[in-house]
Amino acid sequence: MGREREREVQQYTVEQLVAVNPYNPDILPDLENYVNDQVSSQTYSLSANLCLLRLYQFEPERMSTQIVSRILVKALMAIPAPDFSLCLFLIPERVQMEEQFKTLIVLSHYLETGRFRQFWDEAAKSRHIIEAVPGFEQAIQAYAIHVLSLTYQKVPRPVLAEAINIEGLSLDKFLEHQVVNSGWVLEKGNGRGQLIVLPPNEFNHPELKKNTADTVPFEHITRIFPILG
Amino acid sequence: MASFDYEDAPANSAVPASSQSHEVLGYDPNFVPDSVKSFAVHLYRHIREKNVYEIHQMYETSFQTLSERLFKDTPWPSVDAVAHYVDNDHVFCLLYREMWFRHLYARLSPTLKQRIDSWDNYCSLFQVVLHGVVNMQLPNQWLWDMVDEFVYQFQSFCQYRAKMKNKTEQEIALLREYDQAWNVYGVLNYLQALVEKSMIIQILEQEKEGLEQFTANDGYDYDGGSNVLKVLGYFSMVGLLRVHCLLGDYHTGLKCLLPIDISQQGVYTSVIGSHITAIYHYGFANLMLRRYVEAIREFNKILLYIYKTKQYHQKSPQYEQILKKNEQMYALLAICLSLCPQVKLVDETVNSQLREKYGEKMIRMQRYDDEAFAIYDELFSYACPKFITPSAPSFEEPLVNYNQDAYRLQLKLFLYEVKQQQLLSGVRTFLKVYSTISLGKLANYMEVDEPTLRTILMTYKHKTHAVDGDGKITSNADVDFYIDDDMIHVMESKSAKRYGDYFLRQVVKLEGVINDLDRIKLD
Repeated sequence: MGREREREVQQYTVEQLVAVNPYNPDILPDLENYVNDQVSSQTYSLSANLCLLRLYQFEPERMSTQIVSRILVKALMAIPAPDFSLCLFLIPERVQMEEQFKTLIVLSHYLETGRFRQFWDEAAKSRHIIEAVPGFEQAIQAYAIHVLSLTYQKVPRPVLAEAINIEGLSLDKFLEHQVVNSGWVLEKGNGRGQLIVLPPNEFNHPELKKNTADTVPFEHITRIFPILG
Repeated sequence: MASFDYEDAPANSAVPASSQSHEVLGYDPNFVPDSVKSFAVHLYRHIREKNVYEIHQMYETSFQTLSERLFKDTPWPSVDAVAHYVDNDHVFCLLYREMWFRHLYARLSPTLKQRIDSWDNYCSLFQVVLHGVVNMQLPNQWLWDMVDEFVYQFQSFCQYRAKMKNKTEQEIALLREYDQAWNVYGVLNYLQALVEKSMIIQILEQEKEGLEQFTANDGYDYDGGSNVLKVLGYFSMVGLLRVHCLLGDYHTGLKCLLPIDISQQGVYTSVIGSHITAIYHYGFANLMLRRYVEAIREFNKILLYIYKTKQYHQKSPQYEQILKKNEQMYALLAICLSLCPQVKLVDETVNSQLREKYGEKMIRMQRYDDEAFAIYDELFSYACPKFITPSAPSFEEPLVNYNQDAYRLQLKLFLYEVKQQQLLSGVRTFLKVYSTISLGKLANYMEVDEPTLRTILMTYKHKTHAVDGDGKITSNADVDFYIDDDMIHVMESKSAKRYGDYFLRQVVKLEGVINDLDRIKLD
């Protein structure tokens, strides 16, 4: 309980620093500690990490490639948000040429282009990078399900299995869990195995698509109240 | 005190440094023509009397006229020569020097010493403003120009410093000695300080509740106070957006602009330079964040605005810059629309201009072959901000030019993104033709196997569904689909054009017209 409060206070302080005094070389150690903290407590702060990458940009001698690597892994876990690219924009080209960063860029490329099988194969070869950050596997699986949910009303079992890298009995258990908690429905496909019916959303069901483009915020309507009145 | 230094010849001078002398170019920093004396005296008086309109006239017109007539390729008289006509007023001298350096940068090439002196002047000026002892009302145009020029000189310095190859011993010594000049921390912290000390963010918040009149008064203070700190703070938000874009930090740049509501008029639209700078960088940042629809919307709005209003700015000193940014934004719009074909979002006028300038190239960009990538490269390079490397060079290593590094990185990452979207254009073509199609059939047409097609379709979905600042997913897709097992169903595309805002604007406009009519007295 005491340790948690300590962490709470520390996080509050770092976030405050980033909001109030971000262009300050003295906060670099705090930001580095914060990255390690995000890794161990499975939290994430894009603003703080970008702040640190900027400071590295201002003073390249102080850059720690280990910290940068961890920032990139955390950013990759935030996909579909473009955080990984945002971080790359701030990292000098010659640093990006190093082996560990080339691997991460390849992994990102596979995820960006829906090549899940290649992703999991490559990730297996780079366990040391991946295992250093808890929650990585789950984050990517969540992304895989996200993309599948955008794309499919009904997805064949093998496609799902490849995307989330779970097979056989583990997959059965996983599906059971999703049926109970996330509204998934399992169907028997026409002779070719199981079909998973994903929950309907506006991206895989046209009738649910809200025409959000034409909603007008209330404050804008208030502009014409004097006229209507 | 800066003097026109002949030791370092301007870069574009054909005359070798050794043969230059005061007599040859006829510049005597201590000679004050009568017209300049008159200018200084009157400007000083108007500033003391807070005659904002007259100040604006003198700043915009008189200064330009005199520069054109008397100082076409020399600097203005030194501030020391002018000071005793204006009671040696400290603040006026800082303002005069700011204009002096701006003129120098525009017409000539600053030496390193002059760059450093200009930095010192900005520090003094901003410190005076931040200490809250300034009691002037200055025109928004001038206040915007200060922030704009400050960021420009920073960008210029970084470019200059990164060209180490031909630096003289003297220059290197000076750079090492004055390492605080145009230091990135300094620049960012001054802009940040102006934002904070002016409390502009809180003021804009309170304005929403009707507790402040900042925007309604165009930033001016009608209670006998000063508008300088508040408006500098306001424009510094745009300045911060620009600096962050130059560094490649688009996310933070957009955050800095957030307190300004760009869907409405505001103080940022009161000066065309600030309007264009804000939207140009906003659009560019959104492009790099893959929020193409947002970028297209804003580029469309401003390009239409420029089309309608540029005739009024023909005589202004900003005209050339306006035209340049206009062309650059058409290039960016061409890029956005090639990556995200949503032509319905573009106004007819803008569209026809776009077709004229880039119609041919846009067709070729959507082929995604080698030629296409060359065109993306060309347009991006033409239209992008002048990215900088903010860190000081290592003086130990061999001297090289690294001023292109930052630009090359941004370009590389941009083209990488374009490449990832290579196969989407093919998908789009087929989806437009079919209402349903089996995966097998489409795989055949696209000459890939089924698993690859599934991959491509998921890429399409991922790339066309952007994540906005709040984590919400919005579809950028002009044509969309869903898959049922092995059958693709194409979804009818809904127009993304906004009518609600348009109608609101027309209602307000009509009310304005009716009010005007009512006011006309018929004899």
